[in-house]
Amino acid sequence: MSYYDFYTQHKDLDPDKFFHHNSRIIIPDSLQYLLSYEAGDNLEEMAKMARQITLRYFGKSIQLYTPMYLSNYCENHCLYCGFSAKNNIKREKLSLEEVKREAELISSTGLRHILILTGESRKESPVEFIKDCLKILKKYFDSISIEVYPLENTEYAQLIQEGVDGLTIYQEVYNEFTYSQLHPYGPKRNYRFRLDAPERGAASRMRSVNIGALLGLYDWRYEVYLLGLHAKYLQDKFPDVEIGISVPRIRPQVANFKPFCEVSDRNLVQIILALRIFLPRAQITLSTRENSELRDNLIPLGVTRMSAGSSTAVGGHIINTDNQAKTCQFEISDKRNVEEMKAVLMNKGYQGVLKDWLKI
Amino acid sequence: MEDLLVIGGKEFKNRLFVGTGKFANYPLMKEALLSSQIELVTVALRRVDAGSKSDNILDYVPESCTLMPNTSGARSAEEAVRIARIAKAAGAGNWVKIEVIRDNKYLLPDNLETLKATEILAKEGFIVLPYMSPDLSIARRLIEAGAAAVMPLGSPIGSNRGVKTKELIEIMVQEINAPVIVDAGIGRPSHACECMEIGCAAVLVNTAIAIADNPIDMAKAFSSAVYAGRTAYLTGVHAPLDDAQASSPLTGFLRIDK
Repeated sequence: MSYYDFYTQHKDLDPDKFFHHNSRIIIPDSLQYLLSYEAGDNLEEMAKMARQITLRYFGKSIQLYTPMYLSNYCENHCLYCGFSAKNNIKREKLSLEEVKREAELISSTGLRHILILTGESRKESPVEFIKDCLKILKKYFDSISIEVYPLENTEYAQLIQEGVDGLTIYQEVYNEFTYSQLHPYGPKRNYRFRLDAPERGAASRMRSVNIGALLGLYDWRYEVYLLGLHAKYLQDKFPDVEIGISVPRIRPQVANFKPFCEVSDRNLVQIILALRIFLPRAQITLSTRENSELRDNLIPLGVTRMSAGSSTAVGGHIINTDNQAKTCQFEISDKRNVEEMKAVLMNKGYQGVLKDWLKI
Repeated sequence: MEDLLVIGGKEFKNRLFVGTGKFANYPLMKEALLSSQIELVTVALRRVDAGSKSDNILDYVPESCTLMPNTSGARSAEEAVRIARIAKAAGAGNWVKIEVIRDNKYLLPDNLETLKATEILAKEGFIVLPYMSPDLSIARRLIEAGAAAVMPLGSPIGSNRGVKTKELIEIMVQEINAPVIVDAGIGRPSHACECMEIGCAAVLVNTAIAIADNPIDMAKAFSSAVYAGRTAYLTGVHAPLDDAQASSPLTGFLRIDK
């Protein structure tokens, strides 16, 4: 049994009809209610509940991390992504010396958690290349997560052996038909292989697995419903793996792709509140895709992990901003560094946690 | 004679132990610990960054406190043992609270893995305080394996639900010849007081203090409640009765006939 079996039970739901619920009270275990149009009128009550839940489980702390892009070579033609093989951008891959320089720079900010990313190219950024990078990175960081193309169980196990403890992989869009339209060419066309990747990572003993949907590619209620059920499925099947969720909204990129579905700030708030109430223990990550003002306001509502000092360009931490614009995956919105984020959190009564794991 | 709790050769006057996670910042945590004269704290080793100049949690643990690193994040005995050894090698002492959790939903401990880790670490000279689901047989075996105390949960971590496992903990208090310390689920000072009234040696509180609007005052409230409960236990709390007993007996006047 895989999550695909659950997906097929729900795939034909009509969002306009399905997400209606006339309950006057919050139903915490009904994601259908929490994402409903009617619950959208009850956001303040949901916010109070979400805040209490988050405090109880995570306290007054937000974990900080930053992404490091190792390579932007990609064989996929994803219509919404700046790294798409069709886009005429400068293709780059960090040398091991550059990996070391990036690691030195990032770790000098105090961050001990890092997320490493590549495009999907087994030729340019094979597992062996990632392993070589890990040999360097593990000297600088206590927790290393990967956000790379989907791998086989044995490959995940190899990377864990080299020091990886977290896997991030977004399905991008759960609606299978839309998925096939948005991924016209490349290995990413294989919907099932990607959908099952979080499960393969968890089965390979990843400590944390973070899944997500790229909001804007299909009806957001439908997408978040299937994302939430996916997280629940993973939590139930792998109780000792920490399951996290991300809800990135699509950002401007070189491909100039326009979202199919509008996701307003208000919608995003409902999404975060719904996921927090439905999945009290799940980490919820908010990236620098969102602007600083919105990020600050979302802090008390259920978010537990935020990126800081981010760049989506290969070598973005050591090269200047002009060059970054030519190679980045998407534009970031909140450009504050680690110290600035810590200060903001402190003002809001939260602690920015730079280290929350250790190599054992 | 002063009422002192002795664990691992150390004497503790304050029977409120405090966990250090979830606070809004380290200076506030330190102030809460100092103002309530806390004498033992547990720190998740995963949070310790010894190389950090401004973010090392250990710099904010008062010198008067005994430091008990915990193995938060361990999913097996093997991982817990490794974390304890890392803590010791890093100079964090030889006290350890063993936490082995393989269930992220309820954060309930795995008693069997906890027992395995206790056996190994006690032999290596650690002062071991295992966090456990209340179970008399396992508690006995933990003590036989060398645990300095046992730490049964009152209810799931962070749940604020109080001492839902009271009957089991009472049995442990009666039968275990070692300190029984309630850890987890204590949401209110009255819960802490209740633990002490039934004869627990101490309580360990984190969430309820750390996320309070005023952690300093809340720590004081817990400290007072623990003291009150302990004093009541030592004085002798009467067993509850099924019906009312008048303070002035209804037949008291009959004595006049004598």
